[in-house]
Amino acid sequence: MQNHPVYTDNDPQSENSTLNLGPTHPATHGVFQNVLQLDGERIVSGVSTIGYIHRAFEKIAEHRPFYQITPLTDRLNYCSSPINNMGWHMTVEKLLGITTPKRVDYLRVIVMELARISDHIICNGVLGVDTGAFTGFLYMMEYREAIYEIYEEVCGSRLTTNIGRIGGFERNFNTIAFDKLRKFLKDFPPVLKEFESLFNRNRIFVDRTRDVAAVTAEEALAYSWSGPLLRAAGVDYDVRAMNPYSSYEDFDFEVPVGDNGDVYSRFLVRNEEMKQSLRIIEQALVKLEKEPTDIFHADVPEFYLPPKEEVYNNMEALIYHFKIVMGEIPTPNTEVYHSVEGANGELGFYLINDGGRSPYRLHFRRPSFINYQMYAPMSKGMLLSDAIINMSSLNVIAGELDA
Amino acid sequence: MGKITNEELLKSINSKFEGQVTVAGEPYGLLTIETSPENIIALLSFIKTDPALQFIYLTDITAVHYPEQEKTIGVIYHIHSLVNNVRIRIKVFIDGDNCHIPTATTLWEGANWMERETYDLFGVIFDGHPDLRRILNVDDMTAFPMRKEFPLEDPNRVDKKDYFFGR
Repeated sequence: MQNHPVYTDNDPQSENSTLNLGPTHPATHGVFQNVLQLDGERIVSGVSTIGYIHRAFEKIAEHRPFYQITPLTDRLNYCSSPINNMGWHMTVEKLLGITTPKRVDYLRVIVMELARISDHIICNGVLGVDTGAFTGFLYMMEYREAIYEIYEEVCGSRLTTNIGRIGGFERNFNTIAFDKLRKFLKDFPPVLKEFESLFNRNRIFVDRTRDVAAVTAEEALAYSWSGPLLRAAGVDYDVRAMNPYSSYEDFDFEVPVGDNGDVYSRFLVRNEEMKQSLRIIEQALVKLEKEPTDIFHADVPEFYLPPKEEVYNNMEALIYHFKIVMGEIPTPNTEVYHSVEGANGELGFYLINDGGRSPYRLHFRRPSFINYQMYAPMSKGMLLSDAIINMSSLNVIAGELDA
Repeated sequence: MGKITNEELLKSINSKFEGQVTVAGEPYGLLTIETSPENIIALLSFIKTDPALQFIYLTDITAVHYPEQEKTIGVIYHIHSLVNNVRIRIKVFIDGDNCHIPTATTLWEGANWMERETYDLFGVIFDGHPDLRRILNVDDMTAFPMRKEFPLEDPNRVDKKDYFFGR
């Protein structure tokens, strides 16, 4: 059995031509291989091959203590790493029964919504590029940079953030972070509005995207789609609204829903989600004013590493530091499933624990992996150029696809 | 929380599958039940189509390996009822050397890649699957890497022994 179909004219009688789209093709934005049978410009059939950047995260995770798994989650959906980080922290907190203070929840909400915005900026910007409009992408990219600068103030890194710790954050947000956040909240909405006015009623864009790759709600559910794709098909399933985590129940926001699941609906849903995310962040800033400003982690010394200066000057901190690093703190022998609304859909963590320092089994429910499997079947009968923008609008991230 | 409680859900399942299903607990409020490979598809089909339950959304299929147990491989389904906002976890334990289980692709198209991934990593053979090939690893791989006997790293390496790290 050949797992990697390559360019062959295996059937000389066939009028169709074979096209290897990928694994590295500039139009696919990642390592995706699709071997397509083409009749002229129409796709007759396609075979997807994935796994080119499989890094065995689930296996590695079985050999690492909980707090060292966060960097692995960074590399799932690397366009919105903070959501993955937070999802993992919350899974472990659920396992250990840690309740986080409200301020931590709100800070997390801010970071997660920024991540969602930056992910949607990329997706919608690139969708514009693939339909021939470069301007919107460049224009929006500046604000992804602004978001990354906020991450830098919070955790020191930009793309693979490793942000936060089990129980909260490793340090408090500084004033520069809040200043940058307020500047972003002031500067970004007009740009988003301008971006929308570039595209929403743009004749070329609408002609290229309307009714392209339309998916019904039934199909989307049968393929276990989630996130903006499922909502564009008309199903209002959003983990934030349905099973609120990190105090999302305190926020007032809407779940945008599309009408026919085509590329255009997905574009509109993502734009609207960015606006809702801005709303959430603004509410979070107001709520934060009522919270004590010095709390940035839960009071769980047996799981939260103490600051280094205390480790060397304080007996208790030294003991906890030693116990955490050496993994000598018992954990419950049970299993837990926790999911968060990632930028691409329901990002789930299924953790089976045997009471030790590292998971017995950890499984990531990766939305890109599950969303992408419809790509080849749905491409049948589609124009090649439409299949390209369909892939952009699925927003499949290779890291999340291959784990 | 959901519109139906775990007790009601269990009662409803037991009315159809009395004696075929055992409860494995409710960790963190998520009802976990166990059943056999013979009953799994009938059970999934029942909870999917029952008008009161409507577990229409397949969240995930995965597996776990317990080398010490008699039946070493556990296949785990997470199903979500979007209408009632209730989740259920169903486990099926099968023999590790001869692990066959019927496919769920007859109920959900989305089960296709989830089962391929489970086959790829654990060697679970889903009978009736339309295209059961490896998905993440290379074709000519002979092992199933998520099984516990498969080492994470080359066991001959001497620079990364656990005792250097106090493990």
